[in-house]
Parts: sequence; structure tokens; C-alpha cells
Amino acid sequence: MTEITDTVSPSLRPDFATIAAWIKPATKVLDLGCGDGALLRYLTDTLQTKGYGVEIDDTNILACLNNRINVIQSDLESGLSGFESNSFDYVILSQTLQAMKHTENIIHEMLRVGKEGIVTFPNFGHWKNRLQILRGHMPVSPTLPYEWFDTPNIHLCTLNDFEQFCHQHSVHILERRVMTGSQQTTFAPNLFGMLAFYRFTQRK
Amino acid sequence: MHDSDSIGIVTPQRLHFDSPLQLESGAILDSYDLVYETYGELNADRTNAVLICHALSGNHHVAGVYADNPKNAGWWNNMIGPGKPIDTNRFFVIGVNNIGGCHGSTGPATLNTKTNKPFGADFPMVTTIDWAETYVRLAQKLGIDQFAAVVGGSLGGMSTMQLALDAPEKVRHAVVIAAAAKLTAQNIAFNDVARQAIITDPDYHGGDYYAHQTFPRRGLRLARMLGHITYLSDDSMAEKFGRELRSGSLGYNFDVEFQIESYLRYQGDKFAEQFDANTYLLMTKVLDYFDPARDYDHDLSAAFHRAKANFLVLSFSSDWRFSPERSRSIVKALLDNNLNVSYAEIASRHGHDSFLMKDDHYHQLVRSYMSNITT
Repeated sequence: MTEITDTVSPSLRPDFATIAAWIKPATKVLDLGCGDGALLRYLTDTLQTKGYGVEIDDTNILACLNNRINVIQSDLESGLSGFESNSFDYVILSQTLQAMKHTENIIHEMLRVGKEGIVTFPNFGHWKNRLQILRGHMPVSPTLPYEWFDTPNIHLCTLNDFEQFCHQHSVHILERRVMTGSQQTTFAPNLFGMLAFYRFTQRK
Repeated sequence: MHDSDSIGIVTPQRLHFDSPLQLESGAILDSYDLVYETYGELNADRTNAVLICHALSGNHHVAGVYADNPKNAGWWNNMIGPGKPIDTNRFFVIGVNNIGGCHGSTGPATLNTKTNKPFGADFPMVTTIDWAETYVRLAQKLGIDQFAAVVGGSLGGMSTMQLALDAPEKVRHAVVIAAAAKLTAQNIAFNDVARQAIITDPDYHGGDYYAHQTFPRRGLRLARMLGHITYLSDDSMAEKFGRELRSGSLGYNFDVEFQIESYLRYQGDKFAEQFDANTYLLMTKVLDYFDPARDYDHDLSAAFHRAKANFLVLSFSSDWRFSPERSRSIVKALLDNNLNVSYAEIASRHGHDSFLMKDDHYHQLVRSYMSNITT
């Protein structure tokens, strides 16, 4: 998994604030690929949410326990069969979608288990990425820090790609934020935005 | 025992309980004794007590050593002690021998004051529900309103869950290790073969072997040998013994030839010298009967509705007796009830016995969880 496992304080994580802005207080949140549990800790502290994380990595499981976060060790690729349908208000998949094999399945599972889904991913369409490809190389950037030969990212996409995917898979996008660092990107986000945030639900 | 973190010399204590215990089976135990040990200090608010529930062959001697037998370290001495994952500098830790046991608490070998003979076959069948009631009464006598944590592995994990279900207010945290919400048919089958080995031993005498000054040693030995196989993994046996021969060459006879045979026979002999066959029979039945979902239309989530504790559930990858899948079903029931729960599946090659072994990651998980328990 490509979690951001920095232990930086939440105030230094604008992505946390962006996600938190979408979450109502005292709701129930499932964070898939929760890393060290920092996001859930932040949501619990600021919004009094009831949170559970899912993680596969031993070190992260331990970090979650140290962070006083409920964490379930499990492989997301095998789905969310341990979770009841409609048992969460929000299911978050933060910076993990691009590293998953079974993309369609996990989005489907998120909307089975949760009323709403929230995903964040690095926008492959950012101009710096495009430029590096034009120069003949796979992009390496702060949001895509891996070389082509050691990257866990197998399903990178652009904003346009994700929106098309949602359209084709009966996913109704409720809200979108595109960020570059701590700034929101509103002008030509598929070209100038680095990190994409989507809040979505099942299309009725 | 060169263990600088050991709690040191410990002394078992005994409490007599006069109020009759109504057992799940319908029988009544008029009075009984519980033998227990404690480590660390109970704090002024009495909020730092941790109860350790033992497994099939365990007892109250959980940590430390005895003054007259410094080699006899408690069965979880690697987990419990000053600075250890269950830290006796912070917690007041209690180990108790379950009734039906053979290490001091009232059990089949205890003298029945009504007949002036050992209970033997007359000792009533007990269950985790009965044990949970004895834990509550013990806590009451020790002045403990609520355990900061109850911790148990295998059958001890089942006892832990039972107490969390039957006395939700008494359990703040429950640590359930290598356990299951009920046995599978395969588990029960293994237990019954073990029981048959004991019961069909000519020295068993219908359970009243004490009166005959004999002991179904052969049956208990076989039962333990069988059990031992199921506590290890195929891999760990292969790694430890392989097909290694004891003498280096085949003897073409039924003596001990392979090292695994030698090991199992030794384990069986050792166990048969220190454990009571009637207790072994009882403990396997306690395992078989445990099924909290039974009264809830086999819906484990409904059964856990009354639980209030925060849970840590741990399983081991190579444990085929109580597999990780069994633990995940417990986790599912806890999640369905919005209880706080964390679950880890620990990579281990040592099978069911992993829960007794020292493994850095395993012990770190317990340490982290325990250190976040406020007292």
C-alpha cells in the first residue's frame, strides 16, 4: 500500500483538513489502508467520529494501536467481507486506489459498506507529469515519489479518467476538491491539480 | 531462571466460597475453593486489575517462580512481569485456577466432604459460564468492581469472551488470543478421541480411579500426544524434527525410531505425571460446549449485543486448530455491535502454541494495547 505514513502533525496535512471538511461530526468512519491511523486520530479528535481502520502492514497495525485507533488487519484486495452492508457513514480510501489490483471491486465494496465513499489519489494528468512523459520519462514527483521499477502504483489515472469510471460504474460524484499543496486548484484542475478528492455515493 | 524481568518469587493464595454455585448443567456446587496468584499492586482506586484466564492445561501460576522450586516459572512468564507487555509495575495481575482444575481449585480430585472421598466421576460438568461467575465472585472478594483488562489465549480466550458477555460492566478491555467463538466439528472430534483414550483406559474405573490407587496414565498420555500434534503446525514439526531418526538407521520395529515419536512420547509422559485425567476430560468438554451464539439463533452478533468491553483480538497464521478465520468471525460480531476492536493476524510458524511463545511483533502488539489502557 502507498500510505502516507508520515507522523507529521495533522495541521501540516492539508489533505486531512480537506477530508475532514466533508465528514459530519459523530459519524462512523471506515478508513481503508489507514496507515498509522493518523487520519482517523485526527477525525476522532476534531469530529468525535467513531473510526475503524483497515491495514495489511504489521508496522502500521502497531502504529495504529499506539495511536489508540481501532484497526483490523486485512487485505483490501480480498474485499470487505468482514464488514456489514450499510454499516458506515463514510468509507475512505486515501491515496491507495492507484495501488490496488481490483479497482472496480473496492469502489463497489466501499459503497456497499458505506453510505458515502471518499477517495483521494494523485492526479496523473498534472502538467509536470505530462511534461516528464513528453521528455521521455515516467513521472516522479512529490505525489508520485517512486521510480517506474519500484512503484506500487499500478492503476494511475487522471481526474477525467476517474470521472469517466464513476459514470460507467453507477457512482454518483457528490463533490470534488483538487489540491496542489495546501492550495485548492479550481482552474483547469486536470492539468494543474496534484491531488484529487472525491466524495461519492451509489447512483440510484 | 535467569530472567531479570521476572516478577520473582510468588506465592499461591486460596479463597473459600461458601455460597452455592448454580452450574449451567443444572448441578449445584455447594462450596468451592479458588487458588490464585497476584502480581503487582492493586492501586488505591482498584482500577488496575488484570485477570488472566488459562487454557486447557494451564493454571493460576502465570508468572514468577516458587521459592521452593525456582525452575517452575509461570506459564506466561514471558508476557507478564515488570516492564513486560503486561506490566506488573502498572497492573495488578491475577491468575486463577478454574474450578474443575487440578492445581488447587476445587476439582475432580478434591475431597468431597459429603462422602469423604475424592469427587471423581461425581464432579459436575462445568462450563465457561460457570467460570465467569467464579471470576465475578473472586473480583468481589478482592474488592475489584471492574477489571481493567481480561486476557486469555485459546480456551482462556473463550473464558475472556464469556466474562465480557456475562458481566459486561466488569470488563473494560478484553484481549482474546488464538480463540474461536465455538469449536468446529474437527475440533470436537479431536477432543473426543482424547477423551476416549482416557475413558477406555482400564485404569480409568469410570472416573473413580483415585479409590483404586491407580491412574489412567496411558490414556492421558495418548490424549496429550494427540493434542500436542494439533497445537503445532506441519511446518514447525518438519522444521524441528523432519524425518530424523533417533539412532540414525531404521530398526524395523515398533520402538521409537523417528525423533518426532520420541518427542511426543516424552511430552505425553511428562504431562501424565502432573495433570489429572478427570480434569482433562472436563476441560475438553468446556471447549466443546462453548458457543455463545447458541441461545441467539446461532447469530454471534446478537450474542455480543450485551458486551461493552473494548477488544483486542489476535490470531496466528499457522494456527489450524483455532485458525485466523475463527478470530475474524469474532471481530465481525464485535464490529456489528459498534464495539471498539482491533485485530491482528500474526505471521507465525508455530501453530496454536504460538500464543505462548515469545515473538517480538506479538509482544509489541500486546504491549502497545496494554500501555494505552488507563488505570
